[in-house]
Formats: sequence, C-alpha cells, structure tokens
Amino acid sequence: MKGTRARGLTLHISLIAGVLVSLFPFYWTIVMSTHSSTEIFQYPPKLLPGSHFDENVHHLFQKIDFFGSMFNTLVVAVSVTFLVLFFDSLAAFVFAKFHFPGRRALFVIMMGIFMVPAQLQAIPQFVIMAKLGWIGSLTSLVIPAAANAFGIFWMRQYMKGSIHDELMDSSRLDGCGFLRQYWHVALPVVRPGLAFLGIFTFMAQWNDYAWPLIALINPDHVTLQVALSQLNSVNGTTDYGMVMAGALLALIPLLVVFFIGARQIMADLAKGAIR
Amino acid sequence: MTGVGAAPTLGAPADSGVRSAPARARSRSVLGYWRLYLAISPFYLLFLCFGLIPVGFSLYLSFHRWDGLGSMEYAGLSQYRYLLSDGQFWNSLTNTLIIWAIATLPMLFIALVTAVMLNSAVRFKNFYRFAYFLPNVTSVVAVAIIFTSIFSTNFGLANAVLQGLGLDQVAWLNTDWGIKISIAVLMTWQWTGYNALIFLAGLQTIPTELYEAARVDGAGPVQTFFRITVPMMRPIILFALVVSTVTGLQSFTEPQVLLANTNNTSTFAGGPGNSGQTMVLYFFQQSFDNNDFGYGAAIAWGIFLVVAIFSIVNWRLVQRGEK
Repeated sequence: MKGTRARGLTLHISLIAGVLVSLFPFYWTIVMSTHSSTEIFQYPPKLLPGSHFDENVHHLFQKIDFFGSMFNTLVVAVSVTFLVLFFDSLAAFVFAKFHFPGRRALFVIMMGIFMVPAQLQAIPQFVIMAKLGWIGSLTSLVIPAAANAFGIFWMRQYMKGSIHDELMDSSRLDGCGFLRQYWHVALPVVRPGLAFLGIFTFMAQWNDYAWPLIALINPDHVTLQVALSQLNSVNGTTDYGMVMAGALLALIPLLVVFFIGARQIMADLAKGAIR
Repeated sequence: MTGVGAAPTLGAPADSGVRSAPARARSRSVLGYWRLYLAISPFYLLFLCFGLIPVGFSLYLSFHRWDGLGSMEYAGLSQYRYLLSDGQFWNSLTNTLIIWAIATLPMLFIALVTAVMLNSAVRFKNFYRFAYFLPNVTSVVAVAIIFTSIFSTNFGLANAVLQGLGLDQVAWLNTDWGIKISIAVLMTWQWTGYNALIFLAGLQTIPTELYEAARVDGAGPVQTFFRITVPMMRPIILFALVVSTVTGLQSFTEPQVLLANTNNTSTFAGGPGNSGQTMVLYFFQQSFDNNDFGYGAAIAWGIFLVVAIFSIVNWRLVQRGEK
C-alpha cells in the first residue's frame, strides 16, 4: 500500500512539472508585458508581474492598428467558419446519406486533395488573386477557405453514425424535400459535430499566417497575426514589453473560444485519430 | 445495414432504396440528381479554381522563367537542373531534416510517457489534459514572439538561467545550432500535449487485462511500458509520426517569426547564415522576395517530392506494422 501511494505522489509531481513547463510561456508573457524596457534589460530577470502594462499597451496601440487588425481577423474567421459549416455539412449530408452516379469517384478526388501541399498552390493563387483584383482585400482569405475536404470528411463520418435511416425514411414519408431534410432533420442531430468543426475552423483561421502574409500586401488590411509579426521584426532594440503585451492581447480571444469548446475539442480530436 | 444510408457498394444500383419507385423511374438520368450535385458543387468549384488549376499552373510555371510581370520564357528542365545543384536548397533541406529530427523524436517519446502517466492518474485528469493541450491551440506567431524574448542573447530568460548556473551565455538566435535548437524547442513545446492526447485515446483502447497479467507476473512500470504499451500502441505511434513528419517538413511560421528580426536582408532567410531557413522559407524567399515565380514553382515541386518520399516510407512502416 505504501509503495502505491509513493508512486501516486511521484506521478502527480511529474505531471505537475509538465503542466508548469506547458503553462510557463503564458505566465512569462504576462510578466514581460507588465514591465518597462529598462526593467526587462536588468539582471536578474524579474519573475513577478510589474506595473507597466498600461504603458506597454499604449505603445502597442501607437505602433499598430491593433483593433483594426483584430476586426479584420474576426471578419475573416467568422465568415469562413459559417461558410465552411454550411458548405461542408451540406456536402457531407449528400455523401453520407444519398447514392448518385459518380459518388465514389467524387469522394476519392476529394480525399486526394488532402495530399497536395499548400506551396504548390501559393504562387498560382497569388497570381489568380492579383488578376481578380483581390490582393490586399480580405476576400482573398475568405473565398479559397470557404469549403474544405477535412470538414466534409469529418461531417460525413459523423452523419453516417448519427442520422438513422429510419429518421430519413419517416421524414420523406412526411413529405420533406432534400433541403428540409438537411435543415430540419440532419443539422439538429449533428450539432455537436458542427460545434467541433466550427471551433476548429475558427481557431485555424484566427492563427493562419503564411497566406495572409502573402495576400495582404496592402497595409490597410492586415490580420492580427501579420500585424503582430511586424512588431517583432522591427530592427534595432525591440520594446519587448510592448511586443509581449500585443502577444498577450492577441491570445485572449482565442483562449476564450478554447475555454468554451475545450472539452469537446479534446474528445473529438482524439476520436478522429483512432478512428 | 440496409435502406437509405447503406454503405456505398460498388456496382449497386445507383439509387437503391433512396426514393420511392415512381421517383426512381423519373430520376434515372444523371440530371435527376441535380439537387445533390448542386449541394456538393461549392467545394468542387473552389477546388477547381484554387486547387486544381493552381497545381497545373505551377507545373507549367516550373518549366518557365517568370517574374510575375513580364512575359514567360520557356526554360525546359533548366530550373530543375539548377535546383539539384543549388547549395541553398540543399542547406534548407538539411536544416529542415535536422530541426525535424531534434524536435519530433524527443517530442513523441515525451508525449507517450506523458500519456501513460495521464492514463494512470485518477484525479485532476481533465485539468491536466486541458493544461497540456493549451500550447497547441495558441497562435504560432504569438508563441514565436514569446520564444524570441526567452532566447534573446542579452536579457533572455534562457541565458539568465545559464548565467545563474554559472555557465556562459549562448547566442541562441545567432549561431548555427542555437537557431535550430530554438526552433525545435518551440515546436516540441507546441506539439507534445497534442500528441499526448492522441496517445491517451489510444491507450484507453488497450485491454486492462494485459496490464493486470503483467503485474501478476511481476513486471515493473518500465518493463510494462516497453513490453506492452509501446507494441500495442505501434499503429497510433506511427500515425503521430506520419502527421508530425508531414507538418515538420513544411514548417514555416516558427522559423519565420522567430528569426525575422535577426536578419534584415530577407524576411524569409531564417536567421544569420540561413541556419534556420527551412525548405518552405526558401520557397517563399525565391517566389515572393525575389519574384522568381518560375524557380519558386520548381522548389515547390522539390518540396512535394521530399514530402511524398517521406510519406511513402512512413506508409511502408505502417503497413509492415499491420502484418
């Protein structure tokens, strides 16, 4: 008995050590963002939060249009999320519950798209966007991301398991057409699957960096991640207090979304992996 | 399973059981399914415009010289020939592989050990899972900025700790290995918890009788780990390996943000001496800093080939594991 208790204690000490490593950079961001530059340059480093947060945030807002770029990011992330939820679930419903000529081939084509690396598309997409006159506008971020293979595959798996054939049959007998079946029968059943896809898509869009960096040459319309990275690449002495205040503020909306959906995200992600 | 949602079987009547008999007769032709085709069309239209046509165009482009403005000039295989002799491409390939190796292998091992510990912990399970997963959902840009400050030479935390221990400072973001280690640490920090959760899900499918039998036979935790957990987890470990290889070989944001302010010649250089320049960074540099779209396209196909070779090797490993 004594042995198992000691082992349990070691276990929790190791796990907590892991948690500290995992969470430390977040704590460090808070510490750095609350100190002035002179305090940051001192040795030994300050390990507790200071009192210069207001000042750092003030500098941050002078340097970049923080709320402007956050608003841009929000516009992109919200529109992409709604478009993805609608288009992906609609296509998934068709693939999960209907038979039609070419269904197999179309599905295989869709799955094959997973394998294509983004770099192969980057230059031509840039050229297409330039021809369409979308370079520098948020449209160039929203439209290509409006539907994706992962979401269709995910929702299809979900619908196959949770929309029962009896439900489909009885709704048809009641005179439901395709659209009403989708809207009134399928969607309410797969709400948890939609929630996962929605949160996942929102976070991926919020964090996206490579394509916005290329597509948003126009400085009026940068997203938050691009604006943040511009702070970091200022040459000479970096005002770390200000930069870290920016990093911290940019993380907050994301953390809120994660707190809301954490349980579901963690469970569904693992489910997807062992399926 | 029979009826409406029957699994798709090749050769079965196209609309077996989907509609009532008269409706079926009416919709024999492909046009009868127009609603279904319309419903799936957005994805395929987007894919055509922003996926298929671009991939075809990038193949075409790789055989041409083009700066994006002037006229294209046919170049044949010369850009691929140049790629093979391009020292900077090979440098970026070596960097990518070194960073991948020092990040991925320790990461998967730590993740597996963490998952085993999480699996045997009864209390605070949800708290632990939450805390371990948090790094993965946060923005890479913000995280890279945070790590820039930690690895800063003169007042970074990493050097303050070294100094406290009486050791010499390391110019983390200015030396060949310092740069690679910094990027690898950042990747390990971000992905360990994610992989631990994936492993945890796999662990929960291993029957507990196996562990009980091992305990009866007097096996210790280390023996159990290597004799039962690792062999039983083989498929899921390989899944994690495949995923982290594909993402690791295409790493971009971590080195780009971490090293952007230490080099003022190109935002895609990957730090002093190009020591942190990954393949994708080099691709971006040639394409969008030098406006060499033709050569950029050839690099993109080079990256595709490397990723494909690694995927095939990984796939072979998975297949052998299933025999």
